[in-house]
Amino acid sequence: MITVLILMAAGIAVGLFIDKYPKLIKKVDQLITWSIYLLLFLLGIAVGVNDKIINNLDTIGVSALVITVGAVLGSVCMAWVVYKFFFSTGVEKGGQDEE
Amino acid sequence: MKNSMIILAFFVAGVGLGIGELLPDVVMENDFSMYALYVLMFLVGVGIGADKKSWSVLRSMNLKIVLIPVGIIVGTLLGTAATSFLLNGVSLKEAMAVGAGFGYYSLSSIFITQISGETLGVTALLANILREIITLLGTPLLVNYFGKIAGIASGGATSMDTTLPIIVKYSGKEWAIISVFSGIVLTVLVPFLVTFILEFF
Repeated sequence: MITVLILMAAGIAVGLFIDKYPKLIKKVDQLITWSIYLLLFLLGIAVGVNDKIINNLDTIGVSALVITVGAVLGSVCMAWVVYKFFFSTGVEKGGQDEE
Repeated sequence: MKNSMIILAFFVAGVGLGIGELLPDVVMENDFSMYALYVLMFLVGVGIGADKKSWSVLRSMNLKIVLIPVGIIVGTLLGTAATSFLLNGVSLKEAMAVGAGFGYYSLSSIFITQISGETLGVTALLANILREIITLLGTPLLVNYFGKIAGIASGGATSMDTTLPIIVKYSGKEWAIISVFSGIVLTVLVPFLVTFILEFF
């Protein structure tokens, strides 16, 4: 996985130099979209041939839902704390004001 | 939302072909996904580097804004950690890694699959799609009870694009740039946090 992160950093460095070529950037975006399709397709195949996953999809679905509820509740609680202590005065009273 | 349907369609097509064992052995026996992931991550990097908007948003920010993604990270990790005690078969770090997708389901599920295998990868895919859906449906309610940042928090990495319209609608226009900022920070951090949690924790 370190390789992946190094590749990403290398990509950022390359990206900083190609920002003057909008056509190239558009191509990159399309390639990203298609790589994601390909990878999710491959993940689908790996899941499809794996009986253990297919037979346990309901359990996996429930775990996913429970984890997500935890993630959302945890993050909105912290958001409430951050809002209450650092943001509530400026934005709310000013209405249109920049924070 | 259209994009996520296409992605899901590719995933489901793969599942169908896999179940039916309709593919040539070359595809079944070789794992190309690692190489595809290398290509994807390089391209994602290029996209981030070339995106002038992200960098200019970063520059125009007050330091206080950083508290928002930090709070979302802490809250998400604490919340998901708590759920691991309710679930059999999902360990503390697995639950936290799934949460660290912050709704960026494509990348997080691919990463988690590579590190921990397909079962947790599928959990991550479903969980993070659900995070986007819950945000799209629940933002009005969440903003009402948890304040103006709640939609941004619930949206996680998606608050920069797919859930931005609903967030702006219920928190107000003045939160748009903050929402984009938080989404960008979380998006960039997803691969690092997921790797860190699963490999070094």
